[in-house]
Amino acid sequence: MPKPLEVTLPSDREVRVVRSFDAPRQLVWDAHTRPELVTKWMLGPPGWTMPVCEMDVRVGGAYRWRWKSQDDGKEFGFYGTFTEVNEPNKIVFEEHYDPGDVGGPITSEPAIITNEYAESKGVTTLTVSMLFASKEARDGAVGSGMTDGMELGYARLDDMFKA
Amino acid sequence: MTAAERLDLTFAALADPTRRAILARLAKGSASVQELAEPFDMSQPAISKHLKVLERAGLVSVDIDAQRRPRRLEPKPLEEAVDWIERYREIWEQNYQRLDALLAELQAKPAKRKRTRK
Repeated sequence: MPKPLEVTLPSDREVRVVRSFDAPRQLVWDAHTRPELVTKWMLGPPGWTMPVCEMDVRVGGAYRWRWKSQDDGKEFGFYGTFTEVNEPNKIVFEEHYDPGDVGGPITSEPAIITNEYAESKGVTTLTVSMLFASKEARDGAVGSGMTDGMELGYARLDDMFKA
Repeated sequence: MTAAERLDLTFAALADPTRRAILARLAKGSASVQELAEPFDMSQPAISKHLKVLERAGLVSVDIDAQRRPRRLEPKPLEEAVDWIERYREIWEQNYQRLDALLAELQAKPAKRKRTRK
């Protein structure tokens, strides 16, 4: 059964997304760290494919993700390195935006993404924390990629209503 | 202006606490520049600068016929921004629903997984 997506703002530069899955933690971890599984679900909206998904899952290992639009052939992606790998509990990586030919601003400082996996009674709760170098970096990311837009959009919305 | 350019203007206009406070004030009703400047430790020209940004983004309009030229909140760009956010929320939800299906499929074949692991 699909679970609602929770979005919160622990700090000014941070966005947290929480989602539960009816599966053991190891399986949810595998689905996030094995390219042959990642490419089956992390596809974004209809009409996009994920032609590049390379992941060397170890501390200091690199990853590269790229999406391609079937409509106009345009591409964009994310890349970076893993800074902490604690299977199947926690993974931390730096994320750089690769504008490809979709465009959008390039920020020199990467975002730090932390995925934490907690299991209880066969249900795994995934917590994704995205920490941006600055408010500007977060603002830049809002106008860019396809996949991060939701969290960032909500951050903006919450900001707006806090005013 | 394209939809994307309008969104850029909207989000840029919202990326400032003073401008968000101005919008929050205008959400309660129209106000003159002087009334808007009062709660802030800011000059009227400084407030006018912020209002220009909000006007360019279409978030605020001016009633030039009225003597005090009251500013009014225009909700349409905000609605567009919310629609945009909702679209991206759907994208992630689509991703996670695909992941739900994949996890169910992987669990339906546990025997095979166990054999290959042992």
